[in-house]
Amino acid sequence: MARSFYPAEAYRDSDPRYQLLPFRFLRLDDKQEVLVNEVGEFVVGPIGTARTLITKTLTSGSDLYSTFKARQFLTDGSSSQLIDLLATKYRTKHSFIDGFTKLHIFVVTLRCDHSCQYCQVSRQTADKSAFDMNPATAAKAVDLMMESPAKEITLELQGGEPLLAFDVIRLVVGLAEAKAKALKKDLRIVVTTNLANVTNDILLYLKEHHIRVSTSLDGPAAIHNANRPRPENNSYELTTENIAKARRILGNDQVAALMTTTHVSLEHVEDIIDEYVRQEFHSIFLRPISPYGFAVRTKRKTGYEIDAFLKFYKTGLAHILNLNRQGYDLAEVYAKILLTKILTPYGTGYVDLQSPAGAGINVLVYNYDGDVYATDEARMLAEMGDFTFRLGNVHRNSRKDLFTSDEFLNLAATACNQSLTACSDCAFQAFCGSDPVYNHSTQHDMFGHRPSSDFCKRNMEVIKHLFQLITSGDKEVMRIFLAWIQNVGLADINKMAPSCV
Amino acid sequence: MRLTTSGISNGRFNRPIVGRISREPLPLDSRRDVVFLGDTSALAPESLLGYRALISSTGRYSGESPGISAVNHEHLLTGDIVALDPSGFVRTLYRPASDHNIVFATGRCNSNCLMCSQPPKDVDDTDAMVSRNLELIRLIDNPPKRLVITGGEPTLLGERLFTIIEALRDKFPTTYVHMLSNGRTFAWPSYTAKLAALRHPDFMLGIPVYSDDPVIHDYVVQAKGAFDQTVLGIQQLARFGLRVEIRVVLHAVTIPRLAYLAEYIYRNLTFAEHVALMGLENIGYAPRNMKSLWIDPADYQSELEDAVEILSSRGMNVSIYNHQLCVLRRSLWKFSRKSISDWKNIYLKACDACQEKDRCGGFFQWADKLHSAQIRPLVRQALS
Repeated sequence: MARSFYPAEAYRDSDPRYQLLPFRFLRLDDKQEVLVNEVGEFVVGPIGTARTLITKTLTSGSDLYSTFKARQFLTDGSSSQLIDLLATKYRTKHSFIDGFTKLHIFVVTLRCDHSCQYCQVSRQTADKSAFDMNPATAAKAVDLMMESPAKEITLELQGGEPLLAFDVIRLVVGLAEAKAKALKKDLRIVVTTNLANVTNDILLYLKEHHIRVSTSLDGPAAIHNANRPRPENNSYELTTENIAKARRILGNDQVAALMTTTHVSLEHVEDIIDEYVRQEFHSIFLRPISPYGFAVRTKRKTGYEIDAFLKFYKTGLAHILNLNRQGYDLAEVYAKILLTKILTPYGTGYVDLQSPAGAGINVLVYNYDGDVYATDEARMLAEMGDFTFRLGNVHRNSRKDLFTSDEFLNLAATACNQSLTACSDCAFQAFCGSDPVYNHSTQHDMFGHRPSSDFCKRNMEVIKHLFQLITSGDKEVMRIFLAWIQNVGLADINKMAPSCV
Repeated sequence: MRLTTSGISNGRFNRPIVGRISREPLPLDSRRDVVFLGDTSALAPESLLGYRALISSTGRYSGESPGISAVNHEHLLTGDIVALDPSGFVRTLYRPASDHNIVFATGRCNSNCLMCSQPPKDVDDTDAMVSRNLELIRLIDNPPKRLVITGGEPTLLGERLFTIIEALRDKFPTTYVHMLSNGRTFAWPSYTAKLAALRHPDFMLGIPVYSDDPVIHDYVVQAKGAFDQTVLGIQQLARFGLRVEIRVVLHAVTIPRLAYLAEYIYRNLTFAEHVALMGLENIGYAPRNMKSLWIDPADYQSELEDAVEILSSRGMNVSIYNHQLCVLRRSLWKFSRKSISDWKNIYLKACDACQEKDRCGGFFQWADKLHSAQIRPLVRQALS
């Protein structure tokens, strides 16, 4: 009654033909090219790999054939049932769309005590009534925010300098908490502040309401103070002192910092990073300046060419990797976002690099005067007289109005990089995003022109650079990247992975 | 350790009997579920009344009650649950003291793996096995810590499998139940939905995936289309919230693409709670196919390390089973588990001098015939 055994060939489809599934490809350098499928799985191979696959000259049974099949670049008769699996992975990658708008930015005041060169919108004035959000507007904005179907709502309190309007913060937080409780939504709150005016009482309030702090730190004193002038020229001292104070009350993990790269920063990426280490931060976001608001007007003073930024970024990333190797855990946030897309089955909640674009779909901005914008950058454009992305006003419009407005529909038409010229066949489509607001602002066209787009150039170069690091065979770099993605330290990864301890 | 023995039946029963062993005579009203094992010739006939069956430890038992004269019975202890076959075969089904008890669902299987340690039987034993297992569950007194449902392929019992899982859930809600299955049946959503609807409080499936290449997987399990069914089945299980462990047996056919398989598991079966990378057992079909299967474990350490690196550094829970520490790369020791069931676990002569023996999982008892050429005693290294 013994059963018989058959050789492997008996399980191979007799028809050597195969069909292609959707994928895109790109030359990484003069030796290698990368092929990426619809859900971000990739194969890196020598130049000519894509040609072999596409001309259907791959040999059935070869290792490369198996790899392309397993990663769903091709399908053949011996396994054809797994399109559902691809669909599941597609859903997982795009689960950031679930629940629609999750991030809600409240501009509680436009007033600020700083006069930063690159600032988009702030006003230096003592006139509270003109630039603070009034109670009626706050109440309407909270109602609109909570109408979002999302189960998890993030409320970001922003300005200007929001702590100058602490009464508005208390009002908005109180209303939002009550409504979240009634609607059984999870509410996370973060305040974006320069901390210059923070007091113990304010910090105790933030602690009581589990409000996290996001502040600005542009580097060591010389750079920070040059970028972020105050009348007393003491922004660095105030910021670092108050970061320490905030941490004492809120806890280290509740205080984050962001940096903006100006032309002053360009030659000092290592000093900037070292400053973050000195301040015991474990993440740093090497961010280019945004081409909005006052930043555009002062471009000659603050701006630079994208190539200069890319050099800054790559030098910085190398320095950060070295610090990690030496035992200091420090993640670069932009790389972390991209690596999550490249190395995991998941997407990210980062609204500035998504397709469909985050604008409106994943983020809404409620200005102090009740106007609702698709993104923070859209609000900055409005400050310069361009209302292209103003979706409505909390006093006059319903949620339905906002999302059926011509402004939103125009945005939605350009929100998917899958359907934008040059993006539609770009290998990095799955990792990148669409930014109609950026395109409109820099190129006066929401569809945008990729060959002359700094957004495109930055992402192409950074993603290529990350691929080179990933495929370099350096195990430690890979472990550092995986530590970033999982929000743990390198020592934790070393404990999780093969090692003799 | 023995789990089976054979004796001579007294011909007073024609269907299998399941009962709990007692080596002590019991009062008449406690004999109903019991198989008495003892010197039947030394006791008066009325002292032998009312037992479910008798196993004679001495001479032949020829009384009225169903009985077997067992040749070998030292391994049978009071409290063990056994099945007596009319042919005289006595199989231990359950040992209260062990954490390695199984519920053997059926001998049938719809795959025919090259290295199957429990080759399938082409007879329909399903009705008999369902009643045997329900009776077994009824006879277990104290909640076991864990139970493994295995076979054969348990899902070939169809919906009758659910009756068994229900019985376990109702009687032993705190017992962890691990079911070994090829996962193919779960590609049918309605079947998977029914399993999920049982809401067993602590249940996990262990399902093998042997390659990221469907041709290789189908070849290993000797069933065309099995890969698609298994992967879809695992997806369905996850969709219904059921917990899944992936099992990979390491041999010459699965090793070459092991790292790719690790990537595949991470990308496609990310939700798996555990990935077990298991050494080959030299039993069942394996000896017959050893020419295609054998690779000295010492020769695949770098493939194994790559696969473990890919899974573990991405946060997946990985274990290595059935490998000896002297063969395993030092960096992989922390993934090694003592996984071999007590009754089939041995060490070799070379192991006597080994200072790491207490940490080592040892061998399957059938490894004495075939094992790595690198087996050697280790000297314990001081931790630096």
